[in-house]
Amino acid sequence: MHAITYEAPKSLEHALRLLAAAGEKGRVLAGGTDLLIQMRAGVRTPERLIDAKTIPELQVLSFSPHEGLRLGAAVPCYRIVEDPVLCQHYPGLVEAAGLIGSVQIKNRCTVGGNLCNGSPAADTTPALIALGAVCYVASPRGTRTVAVEDFVVSPGRTVLQPDEVLVEFRIPAPPPHTADCYQRFIPRNEMDIAVVGVGAAVTLDGEVCTAARIGLGAVAPTPLFAREASASLVGKPLDDEAIATAAELAQKIARPITDMRGTAEYRLHLVGVLTRRVLKVAAERARAR
Amino acid sequence: MPRKNSDSLGQGTREPSASSGITRRSFLKGTGIGAASLAAVRLQLPAVVAEVQEPPVPAVGPDPVPVTLQVNGQTYTVRVEPRITLADALREHLDLTGTKVICDRGMCGGCTVLLDGEPVLACMLLAIAAQGKAIRTVEGLAQSDTQLDPLQDAFITYDALQCGYCTPGMLMSCRALLDRNPKPSLADIKAAVSGNICRCGTYPHVFAAVLAASGQDPRLAQQG
Ligand SMILES: Cc1cc2nc3c(=O)[nH]c(=O)nc-3n(C[C@H](O)[C@H](O)[C@H](O)COP(=O)(O)OP(=O)(O)OC[C@H]3O[C@@H](n4cnc5c(N)ncnc54)[C@H](O)[C@@H]3O)c2cc1C
Ligand code: FES
Ligand code: FES
Repeated sequence: MHAITYEAPKSLEHALRLLAAAGEKGRVLAGGTDLLIQMRAGVRTPERLIDAKTIPELQVLSFSPHEGLRLGAAVPCYRIVEDPVLCQHYPGLVEAAGLIGSVQIKNRCTVGGNLCNGSPAADTTPALIALGAVCYVASPRGTRTVAVEDFVVSPGRTVLQPDEVLVEFRIPAPPPHTADCYQRFIPRNEMDIAVVGVGAAVTLDGEVCTAARIGLGAVAPTPLFAREASASLVGKPLDDEAIATAAELAQKIARPITDMRGTAEYRLHLVGVLTRRVLKVAAERARAR
Repeated sequence: MPRKNSDSLGQGTREPSASSGITRRSFLKGTGIGAASLAAVRLQLPAVVAEVQEPPVPAVGPDPVPVTLQVNGQTYTVRVEPRITLADALREHLDLTGTKVICDRGMCGGCTVLLDGEPVLACMLLAIAAQGKAIRTVEGLAQSDTQLDPLQDAFITYDALQCGYCTPGMLMSCRALLDRNPKPSLADIKAAVSGNICRCGTYPHVFAAVLAASGQDPRLAQQG
């Protein structure tokens, strides 16, 4: 690995000053489970690392029925997986965070890092899109918000400027009879990157779907919000026919590539299968609430 | 694999994390009480930082800097560059070569050590970022040269190693499991070592050793 400097800011404000001073040479280090590997491979070459784990503002994790969930960007994934409140309200997000790496990786890696790394295959991103999560981003110029589906602009690149820090995600509290689900397909049991990943959240009024959001991973250069597929469900009973239609619409926006993990054709097929599966599970969960 | 929920309800409490000052227990309570805790942690985004000031603390490195590590209850100060991983600091600077570096990229678990009681990968952690945390390595398991950790004894009894290269990492993952869950099921054990790759295929013997070390029937290891 190339030579670096390291800084452990004590507050967000401190971190922003350090990042601004570092300019293009600076980069935030969270769990390091993507960044350190990329630095060893020479893919990214930041010279000044600023540790996100020491910033208290990025460790927030709280839920209230009014404000919903506040999830700090540097909260390690084990805290999400183990939290009974999150398991109850956001099972799909918990499923996604639980899929990342091993026990050891989950003890360090963060949802913020998963998104900021900019991979189209990041597991938590479709789950966040399904939940309508919004990113709070801070810089010396102030704070701005970005919808998760607008955050990644191309593989490995995000909307973040060099002086910006992702502070936290905000996710609305689920209305009654609302639930989410995330599933991915990988050729082995764990420790692999998604061939396709799909997240969905639905709200039911009786059998009628009143709101739905579907997020797709690993089927385009960036994670996608399947807008038309989601809208197609609203106002209809969430039956097999509606689910099949939504799955077809989701397939329409997928632009997958062929690589060692699967052909484009295979991925397209998987988008249909997984969209149907996650919608069914989310609907079952929503009915049970 | 997610840990079992029963674990999260406080069977094994985590050490407070030095960086956040939040214990697991207080955190769970925090999310549980929802709105009340929310006010306390309201996002305090800084007012616009008008002009870019010099960083108040000069950047550390890139030349070697003193790094203080608490390993197995002892405090050591080494001079390392900030880019040095905890695994390399342990092996090259503290001569604690029990921790193995096999893949050096987070895939194998050979370098597993406990950080404030939790298993992490020493090859994926900068030594400088491990300051202020209690680090436990395989050298810290045995109480003395003649008294091994019961888990180590069980590994010997149940022949849970062949080449032994994965063993230190395997032991640390299993020790962390038993510390938080004194009677793990076979599924719990499998989940705990799912990030520890053993090329020699010793898994059934590892499962038996952990079952025996937790006072359970090692033959349960054959049930799945
Ligand atoms: C063995 C192994 C298995 C893995 N399995 C999976 C898997 O199954 N699914 C999956 O999706 N990923 C997987 N990953 C990838 C990785 O663990 C995840 O993407 C993880 O969430 C990254 O988080 P981190 O905190 O480690 O990020 P880091 O590596 O610290 O950072 C990633 C990027 O985000 C930037 N960044 C981080 N936080 C911020 C912030 N707050 N503000 C601005 N920029 C920031 C960093 O500068 C860096 O560019 C795996 C990795 C390994 C090594
Ligand atoms: S050497 Fe660290 S995970 Fe393989
Ligand atoms: S004993 Fe040889 S790798 Fe596990």
